[in-house]
Amino acid sequence: MATNTQTIKDTVKNYLMTEFLPGEDPNDLTDTTPLVTGGILDSISTFKLVGFLHSKFDVKLNANEIANHLNTLNDITDIVQAKQGVA
Amino acid sequence: MTRRLENLLGDAHQLYPDRVAIEGPDEQSVSYGKFAGAVAKIAALLQAQGIGNGDRVGIYAHKSINTVAAMFGIMTAGAAYVPVDPDAPIRRNAYIFSDCQVKAVWAEDRLLSRLQGAFPAEQVGRVLRIDDVSGICLQEIQFPDTVRSDDHLAYILYTSGSTGQPKGVMISHENALSFVDWCSDTFQPMPEDRFSSHAPFHFDLSILDLYVSFKHGATLVLIDEVTAKQPAPLAAFIADRRITVWYSAPSILSMMTQFGCMETHNYDALRLVLFAGEVFPVKYLRSLKQIWQQARYFNLYGPTETNVCTYHEIPADIPFERNEPYPIGKSCSHVDCQMLTGEDGSGELVVRGASVMNGYWRLPERSAKSYHIDDKGAAWYKTGDLVQIDTAGDFIFLGRLDRMVKRRGYRIELGEIEAALYRHPAILEVAVVAESVDEELTITAFISTAAEEKLSLIKLKQFCADHLPLYMMPDRFNYLDGLPKTSTGKVDYQQLSLQEA
Repeated sequence: MATNTQTIKDTVKNYLMTEFLPGEDPNDLTDTTPLVTGGILDSISTFKLVGFLHSKFDVKLNANEIANHLNTLNDITDIVQAKQGVA
Repeated sequence: MTRRLENLLGDAHQLYPDRVAIEGPDEQSVSYGKFAGAVAKIAALLQAQGIGNGDRVGIYAHKSINTVAAMFGIMTAGAAYVPVDPDAPIRRNAYIFSDCQVKAVWAEDRLLSRLQGAFPAEQVGRVLRIDDVSGICLQEIQFPDTVRSDDHLAYILYTSGSTGQPKGVMISHENALSFVDWCSDTFQPMPEDRFSSHAPFHFDLSILDLYVSFKHGATLVLIDEVTAKQPAPLAAFIADRRITVWYSAPSILSMMTQFGCMETHNYDALRLVLFAGEVFPVKYLRSLKQIWQQARYFNLYGPTETNVCTYHEIPADIPFERNEPYPIGKSCSHVDCQMLTGEDGSGELVVRGASVMNGYWRLPERSAKSYHIDDKGAAWYKTGDLVQIDTAGDFIFLGRLDRMVKRRGYRIELGEIEAALYRHPAILEVAVVAESVDEELTITAFISTAAEEKLSLIKLKQFCADHLPLYMMPDRFNYLDGLPKTSTGKVDYQQLSLQEA
């Protein structure tokens, strides 16, 4: 079942804040903050995020999607929705 | 006849007997005539104890007119002086005095018991005094089978070795004088000049202060070790004492621009600002130039082993958009500098010529390793510093070779990460260290910010990503109230690495 946009976004943001940015101000992490190119997610944390998306939303991402579609909260939300739509 | 440093004093004494040679920290002063008299007495006392050519004498005292007299007295007697940081642990200082087998130490009265306690009783000899030279005295120290040093040796400066014990850089009279003469040609000192003596005497910056000022019959203004580290009192001191030639490491200048209340003082007299020893972040250099507007600024570069070997005059106006530090510049005329070309157009800076040391004291293997021998058999001192050459032919300092790490196959110069973080408006000081545990490299940035403000990690990482490739992103950001400093005022990386571990 598809999850609505805001729920995905909030869930992912909550995960990123707890897992990688404890103690930081959530307002600093916007929908367009670059996560990979901004150095917030390194390769290990990217793979942790991929694992989280799989367990939480039952979404499997291929290498290209991991490399190119996880850079912002908006990107992540879009790819999760797109993958759920075809599931 | 070979030239010697102490003759500079003799010449100044002939020409300017009544001019003020030194102003002490507490405003007492001494004329060249009177100072030369004190030096002669110290030299006579040393010679009467059989101390002369081929010997070393330690200096274990804070800054004072009498400390300077002791340095000149030692050289006049024919020996070499070995200054140490009087505030360093006594074990380290005792190591230095033992390593170079001093015959005696000129020690401050209040440090005498500490010095004596550091040696076995049978090595501690007599204490000798000169009536009108108060505050310091001569402590004899006995070593079996003392080694004789070269008659041309003027002083030994101990620098911290990256591994273990400090090593003694041997500098001859001719080494030092070649540098002093270059300073004369480049900076045109005058008898009316008032030189700051900010650097401690165990730091090679002191060579310029002491000998260039004496050579020209100028006045040396001693700054005590406490004032030297405090921006506001120091900023007032420079104005009150009407310093004309300033020379220090950049870090204290950066501190003064931030905390010195400099705008309340008058710096009309200042004509020359020289800095060396580390990179001067451009944002602070720019602030300083706005306050000390009329002075000329020079970035001087050189390790203790060569003294200053390249220089670059900072242009009158620093463009608003400029962030990268200024070049270390071109070779000084008394030496040759070259880049040993390595990967990607950068390479190690090597130096040969008149001011290059005669090796490390009693470390022949370490000394041999520190030179590069070229095709023609000439020996070049390897600075361990990585440079590039820009289109104007100036050397650009990239960082220490030993501060280069590799991550994911990329070469990372930790200094480059520091330079990027220094551009951040809220960051006052930054030092980056790398540590490798089980092949896993961790890069930590130590940061101090204005008003103990902790920066948003998200924004800070974003800032790094805007200025650095991602493989240079620090893994950790640690906040400190201020970075730890060595006794010479440079960032203490060893201390930071300990905190890291």
